[in-house]
Amino acid sequence: MTIEIKENTAIQQAVDEAIKRYGIKQDELIPILNDVNRAIGFLPGEALDEISKQLKLPKSQLFSVASFYRMLSTKPRGRHVIQFCENAPCHVAGGRQVWQALVDEIHLNAEETSADGKWSLVTTSCLGICGVGPVMIIDDDIFGNVDPKTIPDILSRYH
Amino acid sequence: MKYYRSHVLVCVDPECLKKGAHEVMDALQDELVAQGLIDEVQVLETSRIGDCAHGPELMVYPEGIHYANLTPNDIPYLVEEHFLKGRIATKFIDEQKKSTDEELSAPTAKEVRVVLRNCGVIDPDNIEDYIAEDGYQALGKVLTEDTPEQVIDIVLRSGLRGRGGAGFPTGKKWQFCRASAETPKYIICNADEGDPGAFMNRRVLEGDPHSVLEGMIIGAYAIGCNQGYIYCRAEYPIAVRTLNIAIKQARAMGLLGKNILGSGFDFDIEVRMGAGAFVCGEETALMSSIEGRRGEPRPRPPFPAVKGLFMKPSNINNVETFSNIPQIILRGPEWYASMGTEKSKGTKTFALAGDVKHTGLIEVPFGLTLREIVYDVGGGIKDDKDFKAIQTGGPMGGCLPKEYLDLSMDYEELAKAGSIMGSGGLVVMDEGTCMVDIARFFMEFIQDESCGKCTPCRVGTKRMLEILERICDGKGQPDDIDTLEMLCDQIRQDSLCGLGQGAPNPVVSTLKHFRDEYEAHIVEKRCPAKVCKALIRYEIIDGTCTGCTVCARNCPVSAISGERRQTHVIDPDVCIRCGICMQVCNFNAIVIQ
Repeated sequence: MTIEIKENTAIQQAVDEAIKRYGIKQDELIPILNDVNRAIGFLPGEALDEISKQLKLPKSQLFSVASFYRMLSTKPRGRHVIQFCENAPCHVAGGRQVWQALVDEIHLNAEETSADGKWSLVTTSCLGICGVGPVMIIDDDIFGNVDPKTIPDILSRYH
Repeated sequence: MKYYRSHVLVCVDPECLKKGAHEVMDALQDELVAQGLIDEVQVLETSRIGDCAHGPELMVYPEGIHYANLTPNDIPYLVEEHFLKGRIATKFIDEQKKSTDEELSAPTAKEVRVVLRNCGVIDPDNIEDYIAEDGYQALGKVLTEDTPEQVIDIVLRSGLRGRGGAGFPTGKKWQFCRASAETPKYIICNADEGDPGAFMNRRVLEGDPHSVLEGMIIGAYAIGCNQGYIYCRAEYPIAVRTLNIAIKQARAMGLLGKNILGSGFDFDIEVRMGAGAFVCGEETALMSSIEGRRGEPRPRPPFPAVKGLFMKPSNINNVETFSNIPQIILRGPEWYASMGTEKSKGTKTFALAGDVKHTGLIEVPFGLTLREIVYDVGGGIKDDKDFKAIQTGGPMGGCLPKEYLDLSMDYEELAKAGSIMGSGGLVVMDEGTCMVDIARFFMEFIQDESCGKCTPCRVGTKRMLEILERICDGKGQPDDIDTLEMLCDQIRQDSLCGLGQGAPNPVVSTLKHFRDEYEAHIVEKRCPAKVCKALIRYEIIDGTCTGCTVCARNCPVSAISGERRQTHVIDPDVCIRCGICMQVCNFNAIVIQ
């Protein structure tokens, strides 16, 4: 029970902060959702309810936006989100082998979250840093020139 | 502004930061103070100047020397050698690299830098650096000397066409929007550069953001609007940060906001970030996204110039288009029109990628042939293999074979050949590329990125992908080519936006130029380039094999058998075609059939 209340306060706080930052404007919906997604890790139903109330927007519209964009998630995500670039330039630079090493190490497939809630593995569109491919991002850290051998070392930096 | 004899640009990308770029910077500052050079040498932060693998790294201008692998302990020596004695500290120069900048190597003889002229040269976070390179001079001229109509006339005479891909004359676009009576009007910069492997716009946004802002302010003055938006994709956090800094500095100097340069003209810009959707690069989808909705395209007409953002008249141009504007005003439309071909004027940036020796960003005048771009600028094909095809225009572009190498790069010529200019991605493919596999690859991307609003694109691309996958799996049916052609026609004619209309291009162009490869896959169940796994077989050559057993020991599925010192055999039913045996064989005894 206490946990639930605590979570709800965190959600409320994240929503309030985002709306305070961008103002009660319907065209700021995507920046607001982005901020809340970043603060909580995903967009829980309670957050959508609260944003809907404050921006006076139907929840259906919020859900349609939240489910459209790749960077917004309506499902819980792990503590650390690994975004892996799967586009041609990274693919030909050895991305396939790195992906395999990643999958072998954390036992997840694309768009999955580990049972212990530590990792989520997602693919991302081109990040435009093709010069250092293969590229992956963990939370906000960018890793370029990734090699299958360096995967365990990179992952071990996160707890 | 203060004048310095040297500028030191230290890379502070995440990777270099982790390796201690800030510690190196601090040591450098301290040492310069200690040596009394701090008033002569300026130390600045910059983004990527190398590949960060040899970080921390820095560039010294005006010499353009690139030092890598530095630690704070190296700094006293470096300062003494380079800044005190004026000698290049060769031991810190990264020998492996030919150019100082991997994305932006030194221009070859055929290149002309207009859009990229300041990138890597000025500090993007300092407006004074841009002003020192004649920045905002064009804006001053326009606001004090020209009427909006005259500005539009200059842009029309320069022949500048939209660099986002479609190539619509920029001056005409501005004219249409100016002619709309309704107010307010909006001007939008499309910085949602989503084509995989194309990063020309990111480079401009991160390296020379003020050139984009200046182009936008001039555009806003020409069409008569007071509010602008830059829609930047969320995958480019550094570009968003750089833009916000640039906007803040421009406001502080009175170049944005009320009464710009005392002319009575008001204009301001806001940066909006996407949230990851390729289709938002399409102009009407982009506007929906700024409005806070799903990024789905709208039917046209009404065109954005009549009903665009918030259903008000809007003008939307690409980053590169805006970045060209200040130069056109300053150096005159005749200068700009003197470069390029009859109908495509000026220069264009391209991201050269694939099997070519020098990959990275290039800027060349229109009218160069593909051969000049691949061989003179790109240095030729990697490992001196044979050229097979070049894909222009990103995932919705087309693949052109050898016969088109002498095609001149211009909007019309490319369209005639069955491809497009697009935003400027160029992927070079060598003889080892399977064109059916390439078509499948691009169709997979498009199918994934289809927004799902209209049926031809949503369902049609899915059906096409299924057929292409079937062909690559060796299960192609005799009527597959006909079905593909029918789907191509329908998707192209009936889709709502450019994404759907362009979706069949990779298939149409490969069917046109490489039909025999499709037929080989379908009829003979053979992949001529030996790429499609289901259609190839690994075999061991009798006589070349020494029976060393290394392949058998490395095979992950134990498909290889044979006695020591006897020729080994691969069981094709067990083999998963991973190719490991071929990689580990020391005698080149394994071949693909």
